[in-house]
Amino acid sequence: MLSADDIAALWLTFEVASLATVLLLLFGTPLAWWLARTESRWRGVCNALVALPLVLPPTVLGFYLLLLLGPNGPVGGLMRELGLGPLPFTFGGLVVASVLYSLPFVVQPLQTAFAAIGEQTLEAAATLRAGPWDTFFSVVIPLARPGFLTAAILGFAHTVGEFGVVLMIGGNIPGKTRVASVQIYNHVEALEYTQAHWLAGGLLAFAFTVLLLLYGVLKSRPAVEPMR
Amino acid sequence: MTHAIAARFALAYGAFRFDVDLNLPGSGISALFGPSGSGKTTLLRCIAGLERPAQGYLSVNGKVWQDSARGLFLPTHRRALGYVFQQANLFPHLNVYRNVCFGLKRIGKRPADAGLDPTIELLGIGHLLERMPDRLSGGERQRVAIARALVLQPDILLMDEPLAALDFQRKQEILPYLTRLHQELDIPVLYVTHARQEVAKLADHLVVLHEGRVLAEGPLTETLSRLDLAQAEDQQAAMIWEGCIAAHENDYHLTRIDCAGIELSMPLIDAPVGTPVRVQIFARDVSVTLAAPHATSILNVLPATLTAIADSRNGQTVLRLTVGALPLLAHITRKSRQLLNLQVGNSLYVQIKGTSLLN
Repeated sequence: MLSADDIAALWLTFEVASLATVLLLLFGTPLAWWLARTESRWRGVCNALVALPLVLPPTVLGFYLLLLLGPNGPVGGLMRELGLGPLPFTFGGLVVASVLYSLPFVVQPLQTAFAAIGEQTLEAAATLRAGPWDTFFSVVIPLARPGFLTAAILGFAHTVGEFGVVLMIGGNIPGKTRVASVQIYNHVEALEYTQAHWLAGGLLAFAFTVLLLLYGVLKSRPAVEPMR
Repeated sequence: MTHAIAARFALAYGAFRFDVDLNLPGSGISALFGPSGSGKTTLLRCIAGLERPAQGYLSVNGKVWQDSARGLFLPTHRRALGYVFQQANLFPHLNVYRNVCFGLKRIGKRPADAGLDPTIELLGIGHLLERMPDRLSGGERQRVAIARALVLQPDILLMDEPLAALDFQRKQEILPYLTRLHQELDIPVLYVTHARQEVAKLADHLVVLHEGRVLAEGPLTETLSRLDLAQAEDQQAAMIWEGCIAAHENDYHLTRIDCAGIELSMPLIDAPVGTPVRVQIFARDVSVTLAAPHATSILNVLPATLTAIADSRNGQTVLRLTVGALPLLAHITRKSRQLLNLQVGNSLYVQIKGTSLLN
């Protein structure tokens, strides 16, 4: 069965993924809204940047993050000036890396959901005395609800599944930065196949359940329920 | 008629230049009429604040909503207007009742205080309140959209081709509601359309737009009787007379209409004496004679005075006449004009071959 180390790794994974998902929704929403609505010429560049983690080997992202956040890197140096601790090989570093790594999985579903809301619907809200913020909360968010669900589920699940970035930026410190995917790697390295099976099987079941939720339950229900 | 709305806008989109200066009455329906690309919708969107032209001035009922000279621009949500789009644009996540109440909540009115029930009754949507928008027909959706705008009791109601997206049957379903609106509402309505029939049925005031400019503007009959427009309209040129039912001749299956002292016979109308009616008379259905015809099958023969003549396309001539106080247009051939030696000021008789009832 699962050892204390395994459970610690699972718990850490859950903590990182939850916090990263919350942060992703917080920052991803305005970013996705801007990308869905803007006619700026920077739109293409920003879209490409957001999509980068989809195609980059995670180790590349991890490597640059390590340089950027390290004590001699621009961000790491600035943080030291401000009296903040270094991010690499800490929980905070894991969360920052996860947010960047999972960004497209949150921004893209939101962007699609926002783009599907016609300009005319927003104009109709304005002619009915709703200001921009009011319109966003009372029209955009309810209409984009399926997009938010997809974004949250994908963001969470993708963070759970990361390995390369975590290893680069977090290392392999038990209880601090050793997440489930790294723990599986450790078991395999040590030829503890039974232990690896329990964790790997668990993650497999988790991933399948999540995707089933996404494609089965979510899609078969109407996007919008009657309310009164 | 007071001019409650003053609107001046100038903007350019590439090759399209838009430049209008209008004063519109504070009551009744003003139709903004013109072909697509003439700037009708642009004008409406400017008034709503959905477009922001570099130069613009707009006041409604004495309140200035926009004045680029002073850098004043009220955003759309702070303008006391109602807007009905070509597509109903209902919020798909809210049922009919919540759609109708969406704006009310935002002006801090409770549904009970706001005349919600009369509006729901006026548009006949009482039985739809619990439905979601995707369970409504196109016509029902548009009625809900009109109710949603009206219930705010706006200072001005803007309607952008509200019937254009509907098929013939749905149009006929909504038109009676619009006619009721016309009779029961005292707020000014700006109604964008490219359908002559809607202008004829609904408008009190007509603004004709062409390539971003105002071609003609004024009370409906006065504007329709302008010869330059009649020439442009060609076979569609028509006059509108307003009157009421004077009497029925059931034996003959006829109804007599009284239009400002002028009597017209029409096919029997199923409505009581005294009912107000609008009658459309196409110029192509009107012919003239120099002397009173003493043997004619045409019932509507009226004395008239010729006030203007203009040659039109294809050997046609347009005549403008007055019958009593009412203007009338007639299409005749250029040859007839010469044979009869018609001159402005002539006293003539008009024979009206056909009339159509508009409401």
